[in-house]
Amino acid sequence: MKQSLSDRLALLSDAAKYDASCSSSGAGKRDSAATKGLGSVSNGICHAFTPDGRCISLLKILLTNFCIYDCAYCINRSSSNVPRARFTPDEVIWLTLEFYRRNYIEGLFLSSGIIRSSDDTMSQMVRVARELRQTHKFRGYIHLKTIPNASPALLAEAGLYADRLSINVEMPTERGLADYAPQKHAGEIRHSMGEMRTHIDAAKDRTLTGRKAPRFAPGGQSTQMIVGADQATDRDILSSSSSLYTGYKLRRVYYSAFSPIPDASAILPIKPPPLLREHRLYQADWLFRFYGFQFSEITAGRPDGMLDLELDPKLAWALANRAMFPIDLNRAPKEMLLRVPGLGVRSVQAIVAARRHRQLRLEDLARLKVSIRKVKPFLYTTGWSPGRLAERQNLRQLFVPQPQQLALF
Amino acid sequence: MAYGFILDDHTSFSAWRPLARQCFLADRAPEEIEWRCASAETTLFDTPLVAPTPKNGAQPPVLRSKCLALLRSILRHADQTRFALAYRILWRAQTEPALASIATDPDIARALHMHKQVREDTHKMTAYVRFREHGEAQNGRRSFYAWFEPDHYVLPSVAPFFSKRFVDMDWVILTPKGSLAWNGETCAFSPTPCAKPKLSDDIDQLWKTYYVSTFNPARIKTKAMLSEMPRKYWKNLPETQLIPQMLADAPARVAAMAAQQPRPAPAFHHRLQQRRADVENQKGTDSALREVHRQSPK
Ligand code: SF4
Repeated sequence: MKQSLSDRLALLSDAAKYDASCSSSGAGKRDSAATKGLGSVSNGICHAFTPDGRCISLLKILLTNFCIYDCAYCINRSSSNVPRARFTPDEVIWLTLEFYRRNYIEGLFLSSGIIRSSDDTMSQMVRVARELRQTHKFRGYIHLKTIPNASPALLAEAGLYADRLSINVEMPTERGLADYAPQKHAGEIRHSMGEMRTHIDAAKDRTLTGRKAPRFAPGGQSTQMIVGADQATDRDILSSSSSLYTGYKLRRVYYSAFSPIPDASAILPIKPPPLLREHRLYQADWLFRFYGFQFSEITAGRPDGMLDLELDPKLAWALANRAMFPIDLNRAPKEMLLRVPGLGVRSVQAIVAARRHRQLRLEDLARLKVSIRKVKPFLYTTGWSPGRLAERQNLRQLFVPQPQQLALF
Repeated sequence: MAYGFILDDHTSFSAWRPLARQCFLADRAPEEIEWRCASAETTLFDTPLVAPTPKNGAQPPVLRSKCLALLRSILRHADQTRFALAYRILWRAQTEPALASIATDPDIARALHMHKQVREDTHKMTAYVRFREHGEAQNGRRSFYAWFEPDHYVLPSVAPFFSKRFVDMDWVILTPKGSLAWNGETCAFSPTPCAKPKLSDDIDQLWKTYYVSTFNPARIKTKAMLSEMPRKYWKNLPETQLIPQMLADAPARVAAMAAQQPRPAPAFHHRLQQRRADVENQKGTDSALREVHRQSPK
């Protein structure tokens, strides 16, 4: 039976949804004012939200869900019985443009199962990006998933049109990858990432002759790790992130709690990990990217290598390092304010700006929409002193969410 | 008799600015000036308003750019007290030049809160406007209409976003607070309130298909969804009418996945495995694999 475009859209977006990455930011600013075409890029916009709490920013689809690989965690693996479908490059282009014109999306996130060979698959994806840019003067966002082992020439061309490229490391450890994705090799994935990093760095420099180097994925590269399918601890995961951020200069690492899929492989655990675990990993990632924390500090106090599910990692860190608190609201360095549970980056900026002109009291923080209850054990100022935190025995009890009282039915 | 002005509801910063200057040059303190909105209910006790006369030789007010930007932003807010707040900040900033940097000051805290709401409204408008195609293309240009209900007077602020993004098509955005119209050259703003038009577009159907399929029923987080996409936007978004059904179906879909017994792999998989083994035996490479996969389903 012939599948309609709508049937295939259903299949190929369903197959793509397990990739958590949807960001459309980081590519700088551009628009179509001069080129008279379609599309612009600034800070990624989320155009809709689904009831799973995820944002829709890009049309996230696969070119095809046929795949010659057999990665255990994947809905598209060759041993799965899901119905298969494919788009032609022209159909993907048409969908992207029509969706974009109606302001449903910021652009396209195109991925694919591997058909025939890596180069074959990659060149079809590059064709979509090339025609969007050249034939249709499309200046919206394009994220391409790169196929492991695709040729360097195709990679370079992909970088010319795409804003972001990504390749998923999938498993936090090499062991996990070998067990779950037997045809993928950690070494090759890292090699591709290294190559992309070299291209991205080079594109920022001028060449020897002073000319600008060819464009290459100005939005950088990102990757995803699947959480909870194998035995890796949060410490394993975060130390992997640490090397990805510092060694390969990734823009984003996504954590995707392994999710039940139709026709799942028998080697997968039956129960998915709690979504809260994924959330805690994102919080830890956030602390690293915006709050000046090292990943090793965040997991240091955790004997089993797992983040505290009850407390967010910033609070957990503060309680484990309570000897450093309380700090002076009016004099503590910005770096320390950032470590106070309950103070976000914006509130810290507002505090630092305001305290140049005025002595701040605890009440003033309420006007910044800061929760006084949460911050007051960690700060002192005129009129408020919480006492030495180190001497409080029951501090954790103060913060752990109280069990909900059970109602009689 | 009192000093002050009667203003249109949509009065913008540039329209308000000369009036505020006039009050300042007349040396009228914030308490002496009344900023009344034309739409506000008039009461018997409303006194007629006269514009204050500037004094000779009065010095014009000065503002740091941060403060100027804040006033510009809060004047897009729909709160009718915004004019009074803006004038008070203008007045106070003459003796407290760093005022706008003191987020803990009550006036500034309120202004920042309004600024945040305006920014949010602007942002949501860029996200949730939905264009619907209308009629046939004329001279190669297609035309689209959208209906949106912003909370604040943000149309002039979103105009550059839309006219630099949707350049090669004609479009009109209608709202109860005015409209924007783009023809490829200029973007025209009109403050005249519009009525909700009847719009439809066949592509909405494909979009809904996408919306449903990209949703993962195994992770329900309606709170996260609602905090980003509050219900007030739902009535104008084609996809949101599907949400109740998606939520209702989710538990059964998850249960079905859990109950599913592992099934034997399709024949295609076994062929692949066999060929891969053969290729490995021959120490073949990608090209050999290509040969092998020529027969894989298309
Ligand atoms: S290569 Fe692995 S992860 Fe990618 S589509 Fe194929 S089976 Fe899925």
